[in-house]
Amino acid sequence: MKYIDEFRDGDLARGLAATIAREVDPARRYRLMEFCGGHTHAISRYGLNDLLPAAIELIHGPGCPVCVLPIGRIDSAIELANRPGLILCSYGDTLRVPASGRLSLIKARAQGADVRMVYSCAEALTIAQQEPEREVVFFAIGFETTTPPTAVVIKQAAALGLKNFSVFSNHVLTPAAMAHIMESAASVSLDGFIGPAHVSTIIGSRPYEAFAERYRRPVVIAGFEPLDVMQSILLLVRQINRGQARVENEFTRAVTPDGNVKAQACVDEVFELRDRFAWRGLGEVAHSALAIRDAYAAYDAERRFDIPMRVVADARACECGAILRGEKHPAQCKAFGTGCTPEHPIGACMVSSEGACAAHYTYGRFRQPAAAPATESKS
Amino acid sequence: MSRREFTQAIDFRHGRVDMTHGGGGRAMAHLIEALFVKHFDNALLREQNDGAAFALPPGTGRMVMATDSHVVSPLFFPGGDIGCLSVHGTVNDVAMAGGQPLYLAAAFIIEEGFPLADLERIVVSMARAAREAGVPIVTGDTKVVEQGKGDGVFITTTGIGVAAPGIELSGDRARPGDAILLSGSLGDHGVAIMSARENLALDSDLVSDTAALHRLTAAMLECAPGLRCLRDPTRGGLASVLNEFADQSECGMHLREEAIPVKPQVAAACEILGLDPLYVANEGKLVAICPPEDAERLLACMRAHPQGRDAAIIGEVTADPNHFVQMSTRFGGVRMVDWLTGEQLPRIC
Repeated sequence: MKYIDEFRDGDLARGLAATIAREVDPARRYRLMEFCGGHTHAISRYGLNDLLPAAIELIHGPGCPVCVLPIGRIDSAIELANRPGLILCSYGDTLRVPASGRLSLIKARAQGADVRMVYSCAEALTIAQQEPEREVVFFAIGFETTTPPTAVVIKQAAALGLKNFSVFSNHVLTPAAMAHIMESAASVSLDGFIGPAHVSTIIGSRPYEAFAERYRRPVVIAGFEPLDVMQSILLLVRQINRGQARVENEFTRAVTPDGNVKAQACVDEVFELRDRFAWRGLGEVAHSALAIRDAYAAYDAERRFDIPMRVVADARACECGAILRGEKHPAQCKAFGTGCTPEHPIGACMVSSEGACAAHYTYGRFRQPAAAPATESKS
Repeated sequence: MSRREFTQAIDFRHGRVDMTHGGGGRAMAHLIEALFVKHFDNALLREQNDGAAFALPPGTGRMVMATDSHVVSPLFFPGGDIGCLSVHGTVNDVAMAGGQPLYLAAAFIIEEGFPLADLERIVVSMARAAREAGVPIVTGDTKVVEQGKGDGVFITTTGIGVAAPGIELSGDRARPGDAILLSGSLGDHGVAIMSARENLALDSDLVSDTAALHRLTAAMLECAPGLRCLRDPTRGGLASVLNEFADQSECGMHLREEAIPVKPQVAAACEILGLDPLYVANEGKLVAICPPEDAERLLACMRAHPQGRDAAIIGEVTADPNHFVQMSTRFGGVRMVDWLTGEQLPRIC
């Protein structure tokens, strides 16, 4: 497969691994957080840990859009789906996220709700056009990558004058969550960040500069291929060894400093910042999510159906919160692999293939559980 | 041939199935005669009894029986259709138990309003597949359900076959050190179906691998009578078969990613759709486990057969109390190849 295999080359990987092993200081540890679930997935699927020296510890971050969706929002989506005549559309993984009362959208569907899995939000718009007598709601989730397409369908719905289409927006923002982790997790020592791939194609590399400067942590934006991740680890090791905290861009084939300006403008036209938004695991994070602007209020499901912002506590047995903050490894959760499995997830990290728990369960659980994270700061 | 007189020929060009075609009366008899008996034509079916009675070939060891329902969507896809698929699926299930299939039964559940032209196309395809496999369809059943209560047509086929004395294939017979063989490239069927679905406009020349494998299995059993396990990786793909074997045999498996054949079109489509070829369905491939000393001989035998040209030794059985299936990645790491979670592609066969 051209343009793909080059980034999965085993010989290059071994070469990079040797360089990393040569450059790490064996007397210290390098605790690196990959923010994105896409990186978590690549690390697990290609067995990257087997290639890295023991000094490097990869911490899974909260960058899995399904995982950070709070229970209250899923409850609201289920309520919407249960309205007579309403069609609720969403992406596949969202359907399996556990909500209150052992429900999920897929269970609501089995009980008669009209919940449809779509591959793109454009499909939801098409359904609205095909069934003009029914209300169609697109349950929108995701980081900056999936926001522009949602903005586009809202603009299209407005242009078409559709009266039966609306969007339940749960779009969230990456830089705010990264900052939140550094602000709140005093006990966690993170030495550097592998920065988002696809998110950065939209927002560019510039938004991380203030972060790197403020928290004195290097950020290396990396693609989702395994060699990208290896290369970014090498760049992080070099910065950490030199005491630097810069933003570097390993993913130059897709990410520019300014990102996709056209997409940003489109998002800006349709969405505005929420004052705060509850994330699963992280709690309330200021300026971390997007709501639909007044100009497009007619397409805002929250207003059309008067959906309140409700906060529901996470399941008590579930360590998703600590795992999303990088404080715990999936294997350190008591429910992991016993009460909580991909078939019967308790927490959201076990739902999406990008979730830290699902990735570890599916690809890595033959390994010994990771050691407890260090408590004292090293950088 | 017909004892009955039917006043009007069935309009197979423009006609549609209606409730009378499943009602047990003259219309149903007419359809059976003008369609099923005509195309599936064989001595046992011609008797038109409710069941078929036949003698077993001399020297029969054990009998093998298998059944399979087919609900694939779309009904016609690149490289095949529900008709030939329903023959191959059951022939293969009999073959994987070490049997040589003798006869098939076919049951149709047809939705009212289904075009007779499509039904005939499916039946002709089934008849051709059965003829090519040398396994006649000797009995069957036809039911019609109201519009909206089915989706075109569902076909259930049941096969019966015989296994030679001494052949003992079972998923619980794998032993540490055994070799794992695969008969050809993974994922062709699943990706061909996906590319034929309307909401995914994948433009590909890939066709389904749907095929009957009983001649390949006969050759393999002759070459390596000590063969331990055989299974066709349909829904859930290679990963599911190996996890089943690992659980049944209480052992682990270790694969080498670079040894597993995957066509570039399949790899590319899986990349786009976020699928893993290890989990995508096949309809003309098999997985075999044999003692290590038989592996090279068995591989040569498979490669000499048209359905095993691309066969490969893809890994070995290990001792593992956790019964994990693991894989050395091309990249140089190790990962698990776990059970499939949820459903990867609905209505694939």
